[in-house]
Amino acid sequence: MSKNFKLISIVLFTLFSFFILLKGLDKSNIYSPEIEQRKINFNFKAKYLFSEEEVFINELLNNDGMSLINIWASWCLPCRDEHAYLLNLKSLNKLNIIGINYKDDEKNAKQFLSELGNPYTNIITDPKGINSIELGAFGVPESYLIDNKSKLILQKHIGPLDDKAFAKLIKIIQ
Amino acid sequence: MVNQLGNYSLYIALLISIFIIIKTSLSFRNSTNVLSGNIFSLISVQSLMVIISFLTLIYAFVISDFSNETVYNNSHTAKPLFYKISGTWGNHEGSLLLWLLVLTIFLFLFTMDSKNLPQRYRTLTLFFQEIIIFGFLLFILFTSNPFANIYPIPSEGTGLNPILQDPALAIHPPILYLGYVGTSIIFSSALGAIISGSINKSWASHIKRWVLISWVFLSIGILLGSIWAYYELGWGGFWFWDPVENVSLMPWLCLTALLHTVFTLEKRGTFQSWAIILSITTFSLSMSGTFLVRSGILNSIHTFANDPSRGVFILCFLFVLIFISIFIYFFYQKTITVDSTKTFLISKETAVLINNLFMMFFLSVVLIGTVYPIFLEVINNEKISIGPPFYHKLIIPFLIPFLFFMAIGPNIKWIKDKLGKINLKEIFIFVISIIISYFFVNKFGVSYLLSLPLFIFSLFLFFVTIKDFFGKNINISQKISHFGFSLLILSILLNGVLAKEHSSNMRVGDEIKFLNKIIKFQKIELVKKQNYETLIGEFNIVDGNNSLSLKPEIRIYDQPQTITSEADISSSIFADNFLVFNIIKNDGFYNVRYQIKPFMIWIWISVLLISLGGILSLKKKNV
Repeated sequence: MSKNFKLISIVLFTLFSFFILLKGLDKSNIYSPEIEQRKINFNFKAKYLFSEEEVFINELLNNDGMSLINIWASWCLPCRDEHAYLLNLKSLNKLNIIGINYKDDEKNAKQFLSELGNPYTNIITDPKGINSIELGAFGVPESYLIDNKSKLILQKHIGPLDDKAFAKLIKIIQ
Repeated sequence: MVNQLGNYSLYIALLISIFIIIKTSLSFRNSTNVLSGNIFSLISVQSLMVIISFLTLIYAFVISDFSNETVYNNSHTAKPLFYKISGTWGNHEGSLLLWLLVLTIFLFLFTMDSKNLPQRYRTLTLFFQEIIIFGFLLFILFTSNPFANIYPIPSEGTGLNPILQDPALAIHPPILYLGYVGTSIIFSSALGAIISGSINKSWASHIKRWVLISWVFLSIGILLGSIWAYYELGWGGFWFWDPVENVSLMPWLCLTALLHTVFTLEKRGTFQSWAIILSITTFSLSMSGTFLVRSGILNSIHTFANDPSRGVFILCFLFVLIFISIFIYFFYQKTITVDSTKTFLISKETAVLINNLFMMFFLSVVLIGTVYPIFLEVINNEKISIGPPFYHKLIIPFLIPFLFFMAIGPNIKWIKDKLGKINLKEIFIFVISIIISYFFVNKFGVSYLLSLPLFIFSLFLFFVTIKDFFGKNINISQKISHFGFSLLILSILLNGVLAKEHSSNMRVGDEIKFLNKIIKFQKIELVKKQNYETLIGEFNIVDGNNSLSLKPEIRIYDQPQTITSEADISSSIFADNFLVFNIIKNDGFYNVRYQIKPFMIWIWISVLLISLGGILSLKKKNV
């Protein structure tokens, strides 16, 4: 390999990294829901946590009204913090709350629910985390408020629910 | 008023910087290449100016001068004095000023330290270091000025993130920065040495000290960060493969490789090009670290400040430096004189090479794991998250041969050694390690396929490093560092395998059984402190006749309003008892997590031992 070839390839690679990182900077505010793709593909199959059956997420969203998809895991501490908000939402009885149990051990997940209460209408498992990525999740916990008919995301919340996010959700629901 | 003093000192430092750059570049045309004495007084004045501005900022934090925007954003009158001071570098602007401070002080020390070295090399090093200083001054003054004013003056500040109000974290950034920024001198000096054609044994023994200094500070800095995560974040872990942790680990791996290479260069005069490449890479990695952390391109607990325009500046500056060094390396490569002495396959040189290869492998794994998600997202709009399993799967299998070579490498002779003289003692140690590991793995039913070989080889290294203390070789610093490393791997392994955890919801007065122990929730009380209220729980852990009382806290800070959990940890030489509790919105119940973490304290001790080896090595003139 000649010296010039080495030099040129190193320079090209460095330039490439530079532009990628530069573009990455532009994208660093991608986390706001406006830019986010609003319609997502719910057409995948997943196993229920409490039974061996499999279901398409689409089928869980087929009544009128709204659903809240909440991605959680028993190993995730912030999920504990937000759990009370989910229980509150459940008590409103207006929402279909669907839990996606992310990369979790089933036993721990069930124990988590028996400890803290189960706010979910349905829970499906995502042991490899692939489905959550399909949904555009960045991490756990994350919640999406979805209009069942149009399958559009009305509201997306990254991180544990707090008073502010909760108030926002309530506003949209009512 | 005081604010202006800091601001103007920075401008003066900038002017001095321009002046020095012009003056040194003019002197290159001059054939004599003798630097006039006033350059050194200029460097002293420059350091003084930066020190003044840094002290000014500390002063503004101490007196809570809220006309300063940085102080307003990051402080509060009710904060204890200690955290007011540490708040100076707990934010973006202040931490950059700290970077600059260390840069200038290191340059000052370098010029003091290098009086006997060739003038041309010294001037060049000074020139490159001054370019870095210049870049940082521009960055600070025009994108993140710590002395920005606000008017009207607010009466109260917004506070410092409570999670950062911790003693380990107060000293973590300065120590880590000393390590990071120390690599800048290595970078400048490597460029200076390659242009002036003075990469030789005497350069190695000079730069070795700076490599050691950076390495020691970086090790201790990472340790402090880890201790902070363990005590403050309340998960009971000490390393999360968080991108920002990785970013401090990468220069460390590179620096460790450089350290071994520089030792070899000093002794044998080989590996010149490699030493230069490593020097350049180490600093580039430190700078990339600053870029990745400060630009907000990574989402992490460390991203306290993010502003893309700042990111663009550091990114451009970083790549300008990388390009300069690539071109310099390629055009001046011919100045490297290759040592003609022959080296044989079985020699210490080979052992150092193997060490370097492994370090580069670990470095690539961490680098890919950290940067790949960013690249993928930009190119493909695809989001992936890379977690511990990735690192464990790629690093652990290679750790096994690494441990083996680390055990036998230090005892091989320079230039040439014989394979035939396989040591009976070492075989004996190896057999013992196999037996112990076999019984251990059997007893605790460890299921992971690689755990048996991993135990065997880490025990092997552990015993060999102990045996080496009684050997003839006098290099005590190396023995301590290597022993520290073997202890580190062993404690991490035991800690991972033997850790136990229990989590449940309890009310005051409840009792639960866990293993042979009974956990009692005795009482809870509310205490008011200077800048927070705290709920102190009292738990008793009864194990046979022994009883242990743990008092974790839930702190409610009011500026800004945040709740943090303080774990209570009782450490002993065998295990840590770790207990943390959380409020759940369910009347009277608290979520209680109890963990037994064996050999935790040995992880800290072993890193201290690794660093101690470095410190001892610094004290010696000749290793």
